[in-house]
Parts: sequence; structure tokens; C-alpha cells
Amino acid sequence: MKISGKVVVYNHDNISTDQIIPGPYGYIQDMKEMAEHALEGADRTLRQRFRTVGNIFVAGSNFGCGSSREFAVIVLKESGVQAVIVKSAARIWYRNAVNLGLPVLFCPTLPESIKEGAEVEIDLAAGTICEVATGVIHKGEAPSDFIMGMYKEGGIKPMMRKQALAKRD
Amino acid sequence: MAMHAVHKMLAAAADKTEVRPGEVITAKIDLAGINDVYLIVVRSFKEMLGEKVWDVDKVHIFLDHNAPASDLKVAEAHKAFREFAEEQGCHIDDINEGIGHNLLPERGLVRPGNIIVITDSHTPIHGAYGAFAAGLGATDMAAVLINGSTWFRVPDVINVRLDGKLQDGVMAKDAALYVLGQLGSEFGTYKVIEFSGSVVEALSMEERTVLTVMATEMGAKSTYIKPDKTTIDDIRRHTDAPFVVHETDPDFKYAEEYVFDLTNLKSQVAVPHSVENARDVDAVEGIPINQVFVGSCTGGKRYDIEVVAKALEGKKIAPNTRLVVTMATKDVLKESIEKGYYQILVDAGATINSPGCGACSGLLGGIIAAKERCVSTANRNFPGRMGGSVEAEVYLTSPLTAAATALTGKLISYNKL
Repeated sequence: MKISGKVVVYNHDNISTDQIIPGPYGYIQDMKEMAEHALEGADRTLRQRFRTVGNIFVAGSNFGCGSSREFAVIVLKESGVQAVIVKSAARIWYRNAVNLGLPVLFCPTLPESIKEGAEVEIDLAAGTICEVATGVIHKGEAPSDFIMGMYKEGGIKPMMRKQALAKRD
Repeated sequence: MAMHAVHKMLAAAADKTEVRPGEVITAKIDLAGINDVYLIVVRSFKEMLGEKVWDVDKVHIFLDHNAPASDLKVAEAHKAFREFAEEQGCHIDDINEGIGHNLLPERGLVRPGNIIVITDSHTPIHGAYGAFAAGLGATDMAAVLINGSTWFRVPDVINVRLDGKLQDGVMAKDAALYVLGQLGSEFGTYKVIEFSGSVVEALSMEERTVLTVMATEMGAKSTYIKPDKTTIDDIRRHTDAPFVVHETDPDFKYAEEYVFDLTNLKSQVAVPHSVENARDVDAVEGIPINQVFVGSCTGGKRYDIEVVAKALEGKKIAPNTRLVVTMATKDVLKESIEKGYYQILVDAGATINSPGCGACSGLLGGIIAAKERCVSTANRNFPGRMGGSVEAEVYLTSPLTAAATALTGKLISYNKL
């Protein structure tokens, strides 16, 4: 799986789900409407930058710490984010991202050096990110075969639908 | 290969004789819980072409985070949950019951060896009873409702040994905040944190759950405290149901081990805006506080209410300070009435909500304004946690520190009163 695009950089650690989507918005049932509040607790300009700058979001360590709210993945997807590169992520946030088919790559070096708007190419299975302008390659952590399998299916919902339809036949 | 008790539980749930850290397994689920924030579980269940949940006895819905409904959107979500529970025939605890995490052990539904998943990040609380308990997202949960199982990457286990003896006035919450201050908020990510040592052994079950619930803030996937007489006695007060206690092999090697002697530990506070910003309350004593919140799965249990009420008996909270109390469950509320704590709290000037997650969720029942400061017995102090304002400040403390602070209007430890 290869993903390319320009990066939006917010290299801060411990961005909690309360910042990605504050709790009180959790009862909004229309996800597009909810996504209007994406990352509001961190930096209100980020959502705009996903429209004007790029679709690959770069942040620091322990991204998505805090609650189990899946909305913290959904609002990023609804905001147009195609992939997330972080130094590390909290467990439930990462698991939700895999389940919902949002590619996440762990890389300790890229968030430190990459500039907003730079173009990158991600090779998810290899766990690498290439800076297009300079050719610099960052080595991240390749997802396990199991996780890659989930990504290839598009997440858990298509997998479960396939299972249900297979049972009906 | 030497195995930890948690690995044996996971092996049993996966119908295997052994599992190794890093291996991905499919484990059968003993209990699945859904809270009222995640109606998306129901939506995903339908999108996955789900028809019936795999076992109605094992599925519990808790209307606890935003109860009673604070606005129309919440009321609609609660209604949809009631309809889903009716249609499926699964358990539902309505708005009068309280926090799911605290209801389950009250009913004897958390036992050693159980595999528990709940759509809530504080699910690792149940490791205090020797269960394996992990939080899941909503769509993940929808798949559990259909399959009765889910995938886990078998985790490494970290041992946090707490030696010595806590002084009077120092609580499990202080110990948990201290560990966070020493080891940070990420050291347990993807791992199980076991708590052991003389401090842990001396704690009641309620106080042990404060360690395990705060392990969520340490990044833990799940937690473990070896079941002992305290554990078994507590469970037997609530249920006769059978369970198996798996033992950790004597030659098992922990992935990491940390040892702290807590004999000289003083009351701790995590100052804004991170759980790992822990320090002695004495070091930041005197900060003016607008509101004190006593509540949540972490700080609204029987013992928490008891120590706060006893500290406030015959006294009044400081002018210009508010004390908001939200008891964890209906049983905590009933006991507070029977033992006179409710009267003491009202007389002292407390505002008492009905049981539930309350202000900890930032959804209702004590939201704070921008630039206000709140001392909270709950578990998180992230920006915007208590209602959305990132300029509001949350200070995490023990219930005793919270009571002392309510009396003086300024952050202070109970032992300094």
C-alpha cells in the first residue's frame, strides 16, 4: 500500500482524544457535522490545513491518548486525512484507526524534521516514508502482517460484511 | 515456556495451551459492555449485517456517561439504546444505576480469568480482580457482539512493585499519581501492568481499583493484581459463580520491573494539563480552587464518599468554592443515605448529582468555565476534559485532598489541615 501527499505538521506529544474531538460533541450523529470540530482542542487551524495544505497528518508521541472514542479517528477521516505519521500512538486510538482503515505509521525521525507542506510517499507495508524533494527516506515501524491484512480489507466493517454474506450463501 | 497468569487466561480464551507475547490470538469474550456515548456500536452492528448478539447474558449496556440525558441528542441516543436492548434482550442499566465499571463488581460479574471488553478506556480497572480487561472502540465492539470474540496481540507484562506502607491520609490515588509522575503516561502502552507489593496487598478492593483504573493513564492495555483472600472474599460477597485463578509461573520474566518504596509518600497532585505532572500537594499548596469534584469510577466509590464525608462532618466548605459530588452507583448513594454521609455532605454545602460518570466525562454535572480551576478525584486533566474549555484547569488528587481543599478553598493536603 502506497500513499502520497503533502504533510500537515503538528509535532506535539500526548494529543488526547479530548483535544481531537472534545467529549460533548460525541452525541452529534452526523459525522460530517462532528468533523467540523476536529482537533479543535489542539489547534483550530489544522482542519482548514487538511483542505489547503495536505492530507497526511504528522504529530508526536502518544497520539490519541485518553478515551476510547472512535470519533477521534472518524473526524480525521472525515476531514480528509489519508494517513497519519506519529512517533507513537495510544493503543485504543491505533486499534480504532486499523479497524476503520486509516493508515498509521510510527516513525521517530520524520516528525522532528519535516516541514509543513512537504510532499512524501509512504510505503505502508515496508514502513518507510520518502521525502520527495530530497529523496531522504525515513524508516518507520512496518505494521504486522495481521494489521496489513486488516488494511487491505479496508478495515473491520468490510471484513464483517463479507463474513455475514458468506454465511448467508 | 514460563507464562504469566494473564497469558494463561488469554490462552484459555483462545483454546490454546500457550501463547507468547507478540502473537495475535482470537479470544472468546466473557463480558462485553457498551456505554451511552457510543450509539455508533448499534449503527456499525447493523452495517456489519448483525442480527442477534452472540449471547444476551454477556452483553451489558450502561447509560452512565450522560445521565439523566442533558439534551435532546443524548435523549435520542438513550432511547435508541433502550430499543436495541429490548430488541436483542440484552442487559441495560438505565440512568438511575450508575457507572458500569463500578456496577460490574457490585454484581459479582468481574472474576479472575474473565476476558472483559468495554467501549471505555478505563476498562483496565477490572484487572484488580484478576481479569483481563481492555477498552475497545465502538466498531470493534460491534464485531464482538456478532462473533463473541475479538483479536488481541498478546501483551508483555510489566511489574510495578509498591513496597512499604502508606501513611495515614495517603491513599491509593496518591500512589497512582506518584507512579505516573515517575514513569510517565506512556510506559504501559500495549502492555499489561501488574501491581504487586506490600502496599497493594494491604489495600481494599476499592482502593486497588484506583491503581488499575489509573493504569489507563499509564497507557496500559490491561492490568493485573494477583487475586488473594481480599479478592476472593469480595467476590464471594456478591456471587457464588465459579472461576479459575491462574497462577504466574515462578520462573516467568517480566518485560520490565519497577520498584518504589511508598512509606514516605505524601499526598500527590497531577497539575494541568497532563496526568504525569505529579508532585507533592505541599509543593503547590495554596492555589485557589473554584470547584472540587468528587466522583467517577476512580473517586466516587463507597470509601471515597466515606472519607470525604468524615472529613467534612460538622464543617462548611469555603465560600467561593463549590463542591460537586457524583456518586459512582446507586448502591453508593444508598449507603451514603443509610450512614448519614449524604446529610453531612449537603450540610457542608455540597451539590449532589445522581449517580454516573458526571463531570469526569465533561458532558454534564459540574462543567467548569475557562480559567476556572477544579480539583478532581477523577482520572484525567487533559485540556478541555471537563466540558470543552482548554483554558480550564483540572488538578487530580485523592478524595482526602479534595475534601481538605473544599474546606479551605485552596489546594491543600488533608494532613496539613
